[in-house]
Amino acid sequence: MHFPVSEGVVLSRKIGDVKAVDGVDFTIGRGETLGLVGESGCGKTTTGRCILRLETPTAGQILFDGQDISHMGRKDLVGLRRRMQVIFQDPYSSLNPRMKVGDIIGEPIKVHGVEPDVRKRDARVRELLSVCGLDPKFADRYPHEMSGGQRQRVGIARALALDPEFIVCDEAVSALDVSIQAQIVNLLEDLRERFNLTYLFIAHDLSVVRHLCQRVAVMYLGRIVEMAAVDELFDNPLHPYTQALLAAVPIPDPRVEATRDFRPAPGEVPSPINPPSGCVFHPRCPKAVENCKRARPVLRELRPGHWVACSEVN
Amino acid sequence: MPPLLEVKGLHTEFRTGAGRVPAVDGISFAVEQGETVAIVGESGSGKSVSALSILRLVADPPGRITSGQIVFDGKDLLSLSEAEMRQIRGRDIGMVFQEPMTSLNPVLTIGRQITEVLEAHQGADRAAADKRALELLELVGIADGPRRLRQYPHQLSGGMRQRVMIAVALACSPKLIIADEPTTALDVTIQAQILELMKSLTLRLNVALIVITHNLGVVARYAHRVNVMYAGRIVESGPADAIYHDPRHPYTIALLKSVPRLDQPRRARLDPVEGQPPDLTRLDGGCAFRPRCRFAVEQCAQSIPSLAASGEAGHLAACFRSAELGAARDVAA
Repeated sequence: MHFPVSEGVVLSRKIGDVKAVDGVDFTIGRGETLGLVGESGCGKTTTGRCILRLETPTAGQILFDGQDISHMGRKDLVGLRRRMQVIFQDPYSSLNPRMKVGDIIGEPIKVHGVEPDVRKRDARVRELLSVCGLDPKFADRYPHEMSGGQRQRVGIARALALDPEFIVCDEAVSALDVSIQAQIVNLLEDLRERFNLTYLFIAHDLSVVRHLCQRVAVMYLGRIVEMAAVDELFDNPLHPYTQALLAAVPIPDPRVEATRDFRPAPGEVPSPINPPSGCVFHPRCPKAVENCKRARPVLRELRPGHWVACSEVN
Repeated sequence: MPPLLEVKGLHTEFRTGAGRVPAVDGISFAVEQGETVAIVGESGSGKSVSALSILRLVADPPGRITSGQIVFDGKDLLSLSEAEMRQIRGRDIGMVFQEPMTSLNPVLTIGRQITEVLEAHQGADRAAADKRALELLELVGIADGPRRLRQYPHQLSGGMRQRVMIAVALACSPKLIIADEPTTALDVTIQAQILELMKSLTLRLNVALIVITHNLGVVARYAHRVNVMYAGRIVESGPADAIYHDPRHPYTIALLKSVPRLDQPRRARLDPVEGQPPDLTRLDGGCAFRPRCRFAVEQCAQSIPSLAASGEAGHLAACFRSAELGAARDVAA
């Protein structure tokens, strides 16, 4: 997915592209949860938005249940959206403050004409609320009357309203307090089991990803640099960026922290408007050699199911 | 030697339409010279208001410090005049806030924001201040200083801006820095750089640090001592190792259990703190954690437990059953 960058206000002309997502390949099995991790600007959210077709990718294919949806027209998308939904990060800004909770959750049911009968729709809304651990009487409340955790439950109930098969969770627990975050993580797990859901779990909090996902892909500046089964990735990270990322996360145990040898990766994520040549991580990489500046490494399967885009690891 | 900072029985409240909110409800703690003390808690627990109260930056109205003492370096900050207080802020106590974009002035150059502090507090002339600003940028790891000094905050990345905030905080060689969620807005690799920088500088310059955060990992990596806050009160306080390995308050225990671990494979479902955070306008005469507590007994509804020694020296917990909690774990282990 490339976004055009323009110059000038009235007569604008295109001066380049932001390669927000730059040649990304992965699959998600039915019932699986894939974690997509990386820092701000790495393209993880854009990847999610492309899959949901909230963006149209500039090149490449997105196959959903065998069907190429990457350039599907508006009409066909309506049917698709019943099958794929999204839970957003911020439960404060992703709920309409002027709508009652019941109307927020009932709206997709109404829009898609699933249940024209108002009374049955209300019953469905109340059921969804209790599935998500909220009292059905919350249907008459407004979002501002609820806490952050309760609002996120409303966002989840809305995503479930159409019985989707696939849900993109875009930083779905990041804005929540620690004690509430665990409640929502458990809820997402219960729902996955109960409704046989498939998740794309986009997050920057690696410990939540380790807990919730079966496989993980690590992104850096629009590219996937490493992908593996969850324990393999966290126990044997091979890409220097993944290693730096894992080392940077402090562990909530002072005894463990005291034994860790820790040197943070130098520098900052470069601008995606003008990314480094070759391997995009080379300016910050402790293992970089001359060749890394020239050749863009491909994602190779170094061990069964463990993919790495680095020419210096074997 | 008396501690560098001693907070005693601090109460700060806000008067709102919904009633009186006791945001900080009688907290006491101390910070020794050169020590790093963490204040941990969730949104609304009163950790930021505590920091603002120490600096007397709580907006009045609606906020007001109603009672307590804040003794810093032998002076009671609450009895100082506003002019005297202004001498202390930025000179003896530095500040680093969460959001470096909104806490730096967008229309002043980086250089000016640093030299302003030096001119105000040390009467430095322009040339001396410029020279010192350059040194400070180098100290906080910003390369290409002369060019950066002429730039504006929007031209810098988030990590770079936070480095500038640290440079401003350090400008007058303070004895104490208060950092309120200094890395929450930053990406994890940048967070690591900034925390390492703060750690090495406070060590080198012997500056005490109060770090306010909700991140239990950050606390484990950097803090010597920890104060855990809930509903405006300190519910547990002690050396970091004791808090993590021998927690004596049910809230601390629940909090530590509810976070997944990056260094261990998944074991079971998470064990969350059930229920919702308390509404501070509706606290009663009992322990505020009681509705969410697994160990609550009748006594907890009748009075609020005060901080009392539990476990090793310097370890305090505000729970009627803290001794039992410690003993139960000894049996289990």
